[in-house]
Amino acid sequence: MIKVEGLTKRYARNVAVDDISFEVQKGQIVGFLGPNGAGKTTTMRVLTCFLPPTAGTASVAGFDVIQKPMEVKKRIGYLPETPPLYPEMEVNEYLTFVGRLKGLSGKNLASRIDEVTERCAIGDVRNKLNGRLSKGYRQRVGLAQATIHNPDVLILDEPTSGLDPNQIIHTRDLIKGLAGDHTIILSTHILPEVEAMCEQVLIINKGKLVATDSVANLTRRLRGSEAVLVEIEARDAAPLETPVIQQKLEQVAGVSRVVFRHEKDGRHVFEVESLQGRSVRADVARAVVETGWNLNELHAVGLSLEEVFLQLTSSDPAQGAEKK
Amino acid sequence: MKNIWIILRKELRSYFVSPIAYGLMAFFALIAGYFFYVATAIFVSRGMESAMSGRGMPMNVNEWVIRPVLSNVSVIGLFLIPMISMRLFAEEKRSGTMELLVTSPIRDIEIILGKWFAAVIMYACILGLALLNILILFGFGKPDWRPLLVGFLGLLLQGGCLLAIGTFISTTTRSQIVAGVATFAVCLLLWVLDWVSAYETAPWAKVVAYMSVLTHFEPFSKGVIDTKDVVFYVTMIFLGLFLTARSMESLRWRA
Ligand SMILES: Nc1ncnc2c1ncn2[C@@H]1O[C@H](COP(=O)(O)OP(=O)(O)O)[C@@H](O)[C@H]1O
Ligand SMILES: [Mg+2]
Repeated sequence: MIKVEGLTKRYARNVAVDDISFEVQKGQIVGFLGPNGAGKTTTMRVLTCFLPPTAGTASVAGFDVIQKPMEVKKRIGYLPETPPLYPEMEVNEYLTFVGRLKGLSGKNLASRIDEVTERCAIGDVRNKLNGRLSKGYRQRVGLAQATIHNPDVLILDEPTSGLDPNQIIHTRDLIKGLAGDHTIILSTHILPEVEAMCEQVLIINKGKLVATDSVANLTRRLRGSEAVLVEIEARDAAPLETPVIQQKLEQVAGVSRVVFRHEKDGRHVFEVESLQGRSVRADVARAVVETGWNLNELHAVGLSLEEVFLQLTSSDPAQGAEKK
Repeated sequence: MKNIWIILRKELRSYFVSPIAYGLMAFFALIAGYFFYVATAIFVSRGMESAMSGRGMPMNVNEWVIRPVLSNVSVIGLFLIPMISMRLFAEEKRSGTMELLVTSPIRDIEIILGKWFAAVIMYACILGLALLNILILFGFGKPDWRPLLVGFLGLLLQGGCLLAIGTFISTTTRSQIVAGVATFAVCLLLWVLDWVSAYETAPWAKVVAYMSVLTHFEPFSKGVIDTKDVVFYVTMIFLGLFLTARSMESLRWRA
C-alpha cells in the first residue's frame, strides 16, 4: 500500500531523513517509533505530498507522490501533530468543509459526517466551536476529519501526544477500531504505545531507519533483557573508586553493560543491563555484598528508547543493518 | 471550479462571523458619508454663489459630488486592503490548517483564487455599503448612472490589484500583523509613487508614476474606461496571484 525507497529529505542545514526504505502492506497498523527530531514528521509530510523528497521515491496505493499527487491525496487521511482546526467553525460545519475539500457532497457527505461523528464519539460537541474544545476532543475531531472520506491510508502524527491517560486509552481504542478499514501509519516516541496499537514497527533515529520488525518480535527481543539501577556504598568510610566497582559489576555473570550514573557522598549509582533472557538482580546483589560493600538500593528500570536503539543495533547486527 | 467555490465560501464565512467585518463596514460607511456630506455642501454653496452672481455657471452633480467622493473612497480603500488580506494565508500557516489544505485533493491555484475572490467580495461589500449614500442623490437630482458604475468598477479593479499583492504578502509570514503592516507599506508606496511626476518630467519619473495605482484610478472617477488602465490593473492582479502561487510552492520546498 505504501512503498518508500531511498527516501532522503534535506533541509537547508541538516538532513532530516536519510535514505529510508520500507513497505507497508494493506490493512496493517504500522508504528513509526523514534525520539524527537528523528524525522518522523518529515517522512509523513513527504507521504502526504506536503513536502517533496530531496531524493528517492515514495508511493501510496501505487501512485507516486511527485508524479500523481492528486491521486495520492484522494487516498490519504492525515492528522498532523496539531489537529488542523479552524477555531471559528463549529465541529459539524468544519467536517462539512473538510468533506467537501475531499470531494464529498450531498447525501454521501451527510452520511459520512454522521458516521465519523459516531465513530469518534464527538456527537455531544457537534455544535460547539472548534476553538472551545478540550485537547482530547480536538484530537478526536482531528481523527474524524482525517477519516471523513474513508481513505485507504491514514497517517497520524503523534496522535496521543499531550493527552491525559484516560484520553490516551480512548484514542488508542479509537485507532484500533479504525484498523480494519484502513492502512495506518502512526508515529510516536513512546515504546509501549507501539506495543499497544501496532502490528509492525519502524524504528527511526537521527533520520536513519534502525530496525523494521513485527511488534511481537520486538517485544520478545526486548523482554529478555532487563536494566537495574544499583546504589553502592563502602561499608566503613573507606574511599571507594568508581572504576573498581564498575569492574566488579561487569564481572557478574549475565551482565552485558554497566553504565556509571553519578556519585554523591560516597554513594555510587550504576545502571546494569543484562544479557537476553537473564535475570541478574540476585547475582549483582550477592556480588556487591560479598565484596563487602553496602547495597543501598536495587531496582529494575524500563529500557529507554535510547537503550532500545543500542540493544537493537548492538545485540543483533543483522537486524540493525536491515536499513539497506 | 467547485473547489474555488468551497474555499471562497469558507473565507467569506470567516469574514462575516467576526465582528471586525461589521465594524469596518460601519466605519467606512461613516467616513464615506462624511465625504459625501462635505462634497454636497460645497456643491450647494457653489450653486448658490453662481446663482447669486447671476452668471449661472452650469453645475454638474457628477463632477462636483460623485467624482470627489469616489476619489476619496479610493484613498481610504488603501487602509482597508491590508485589513482584508492580512489573514488569508498567515492565519492558516499559524494555526497549522495550511497542512489540511495542501494535503487535500485541491490545486494551489484553486486555494489562491478562492481566497482572493472572497477578499474582493468582502471589499466590494464594504465599499458598496459606503457608497449607498450616493443613492440619495437620485432622489433629488438626475445624476448620470454610468460614471458611478464606472467609478465602482475602477475601485474594484484597484482593490483587486492591491488585494492580490496583499495575498502574496500574507503567504510570506505566519503573523497577521506583520502581513498587515507590510501590505499597508506597499499600498502607501504605490499610492505616493505618482507624486514624483509633479516635480520631475524625466522618463524614469513617468515610469515610476505609471506604477502608482492611484494614477490609473483618475480616469475611472471621471467615468472614463481607458484600456490602458484596465490592462495595468489586470496585469497587476495576475502578477500578484502569480507571486502568491510561486510563494506557496517555495514554502513547500523550504517548509
Ligand atoms: N522546516 C524545517 N527546516 C529545517 N529543519 C527542519 C524543519 N523541520 C524539521 N527539521 C529538522 O529535521 C529533523 C527531523 O524533524 P522531524 O521530522 O520533525 O522529527 P520528529 O517528527 O521525528 O520529531 C529535526 O532535526 C528538525 O530540526
Ligand atoms: Mg514530529
